[in-house]
Amino acid sequence: MEMPTPNKAIIARKERVVSRLLDVLPVDAVIHHERETRAYECDALTAYKCPPMVAVLPSSTKEVADVLRICHQEGVPVVPRGSGTSLAGGALPTADCVILGVARMNDVIETDYDNRLIRVQTGRTNLSVTGAVEADGFFYAPDPSSQLACAIAGNIAMNSGGAHCLKYGVTTNNLMGVTMVMMDGEIVEIGGGHLDAGGLDLLGLICGSEGQLGVVTEATLRILPKPEGARPVLMGFDDNEVAGACVSDIIKAGVLPVAIEFMDRPCIEATEAFAKAGYPMCEALLIVEVEGSDAEIDHQLGLIMEIARRHNPVELRESKSAEESAKIWLGRKSAFGAMGQINDYMCLDGTIPVSSLPMVLRRIGEMSEEFGLKVGNVFHAGDGNMHPLILFDANKPGDLELCEEFGAEILKLCVEAGGCLTGEHGVGIEKRDLMHVQYAADDLEAQMAVKDVFDPQWLLNPAKVFPLDASDARRSVAMAAE
Amino acid sequence: MTIKTEQDLAAFVADAKAPLSVRGGGTRGMAGEGEILSVAAMKGITLYEPGALTMVAQAGTQVAEIEKALAKENQRLAFEPVDHRGIIGSKGEPTIGGIFAANVSGPRRISVGAARDFLLGVRFVDGQGAIVKNGGRVMKNVTGYDLVKLMAGSFGTLGVLSEVSFKVLPRPETQASLVLHGLDDAAAVTAMSRAMGSPFEVSGAAHDPAVGQTVLRIEGFEASVAYRIAALKAVLAGVVSEMSVLDAPGSVAFWDAQRDVAAFHGADGDIWRVSCKPSDGPALAEKAGALAHLYDWAGGLIWLRMDDGTDLRARLGAFDGHATLIRGSAETRRRLGVFHPEAAGLAKLTAGLRAQFDPKGIFNPRLMEAAE
Repeated sequence: MEMPTPNKAIIARKERVVSRLLDVLPVDAVIHHERETRAYECDALTAYKCPPMVAVLPSSTKEVADVLRICHQEGVPVVPRGSGTSLAGGALPTADCVILGVARMNDVIETDYDNRLIRVQTGRTNLSVTGAVEADGFFYAPDPSSQLACAIAGNIAMNSGGAHCLKYGVTTNNLMGVTMVMMDGEIVEIGGGHLDAGGLDLLGLICGSEGQLGVVTEATLRILPKPEGARPVLMGFDDNEVAGACVSDIIKAGVLPVAIEFMDRPCIEATEAFAKAGYPMCEALLIVEVEGSDAEIDHQLGLIMEIARRHNPVELRESKSAEESAKIWLGRKSAFGAMGQINDYMCLDGTIPVSSLPMVLRRIGEMSEEFGLKVGNVFHAGDGNMHPLILFDANKPGDLELCEEFGAEILKLCVEAGGCLTGEHGVGIEKRDLMHVQYAADDLEAQMAVKDVFDPQWLLNPAKVFPLDASDARRSVAMAAE
Repeated sequence: MTIKTEQDLAAFVADAKAPLSVRGGGTRGMAGEGEILSVAAMKGITLYEPGALTMVAQAGTQVAEIEKALAKENQRLAFEPVDHRGIIGSKGEPTIGGIFAANVSGPRRISVGAARDFLLGVRFVDGQGAIVKNGGRVMKNVTGYDLVKLMAGSFGTLGVLSEVSFKVLPRPETQASLVLHGLDDAAAVTAMSRAMGSPFEVSGAAHDPAVGQTVLRIEGFEASVAYRIAALKAVLAGVVSEMSVLDAPGSVAFWDAQRDVAAFHGADGDIWRVSCKPSDGPALAEKAGALAHLYDWAGGLIWLRMDDGTDLRARLGAFDGHATLIRGSAETRRRLGVFHPEAAGLAKLTAGLRAQFDPKGIFNPRLMEAAE
């Protein structure tokens, strides 16, 4: 993946930039020695690495504003960073940038059960937001797999989803307000404790903008009362197409499960060898979970199993207890680890209309043969979000490139099927140059026009999201203007 | 002229030099001043996949047609869009484009989200006549900036929607409502908050001070509705003494009327809509001194009927939320502005986005900008 050539003139100003940052931040919040900046050289897309010029760890909105004002004046690109768990390279630095990490800003500012909201600093991890309210019977709904580590800042930047968004939506559906610092250091407040912030939906625009429009330092999040209970049913099928039809029938029947997870044979085999969850060996496995009181769950699972039986499942296992639920989820939750046990893997994130699932899986299988790389599919079947895991060997020359090429073909297939390049991980650098596949020049122009308004100099996370050739003119003008 | 296709629309906008009053069915009284540009003739459902909970339709497709198609599959627009004809006194047919352009959501907004939360993809024509698409027809999509949200609730000021794709939901088997009697505003908001904080999935929470009734809606499978109504009664036993239950037909009738603010139909005065923190609702209503007021969204939405020309925002002072003038004379709209004034930092961003998407300044000019 190509990154722009670092600007030597900026690197030449490093000493002055560091000295100015030290004027506004404590000494332990400015990291500029090369052996220390290396800690920030990559995020969870570890195939790409580059230590930043400087990394800063501000502790307040004011400090963030001070840092941004200085970087704006000095013409230094800024790459915001939550916990660095992006799988798309959203927080990948360049050698001429300042990494702005919000990890030290992790306070709960306010919990308000009457109005069902919590206000936090955005360095707080996703799971610890729920942690702050669960003793009182509430939770924060978006639950990306990395929720133990990932920060709310990154969740907002990437509009993160999770396994339960069929019912609860993704980050943008649960975000009520933000405090955001603009690239020039101005602090703006959007929304708050009320629903539907006034004026244009800037909150919706910021969510998912991958840290390119501003740095969100505080967020008001919607919290929900915990359901009385939840239990899954596991079902196995001999045919992907039949599993797909079963999902469609469940949804049409008016049951709205909180999660419908799908795994294909390669993934089932790997998982079974690794976690021994007792999954049936078949072509397609579904885990469908519903919520409510015990009686409500029994009723819904009853309806779901009745539908499943019409599709001749090879296995149908209803959980009756917390232990049985845990066992059913065990394999799914170990899927990534199990694949990682076999080899290095690349995790993709395209979304497709649920109806094209059989076609897409068949094509992926054919491409797997063509490329000579194995692939397992994990899939949030209720919402069409696929996670094909392509196995490759990072130590084998050329294998990463081959894997990337294969991945790109799968994502193009998702777009062709009526879907999109990324359902919840974001574009970052990983899918940046594929944006042309999904969007025409005018479509990208309209998006870049938004960045022109928020960050006219294109200093915030500049080489991400948009194909480098599409954003080149804007980034060059910004460079020349300094 | 009648615009029937996206190409017609793009050509028309590219040539336009004077202000355009952008609208769908024109039933919400929200379009700006200028030559009428209506998408009402761009009609038709282009795709409907009940098993994937998605529909794609031309912006001018009538809401009635969409609801009919959804009802056949036992599905619905879950965000329960308000029909404004009763309070505005307007004629015509609401369009799906208008619903999303105005981000129109009803009582169920508190449990399932707003119209904007259901909008998956858009095609629109910007102020220079370029055709732009964003989003798609799948539920999870973070590919590039979310212009879908930006277009939702932009009231045609950034672009004219030509096609929308959106998520629909199954229609539950049945519903019932629990009615609490005799609570004052503050007690009603407390009770609604307690209900919303319970795990029983209340999908509507409204209070009408004029009749002293607080109504909580439960939807789902029959046995589950009965169970949750009973559970909710137990939760609220400590805060209210008199409760009754509306069966399914009664509940449907109540919420249809609540959605469309039927209590204000045919009544005098300006109509305002305030979005606030639910717990602030009663104090704000008191400051407003309205002719009448109604709560929805568990107290977070207040509909107010005010004396003509009253500056409600001046009475409310600064608060966490905003007040929109839904019905008022042209003079009042000009003087007070339809939308709540934005803080300087946000107003600058709004103006910047307007300049980018509509550089000629022809789409519903002044509608979403600060009052004169």
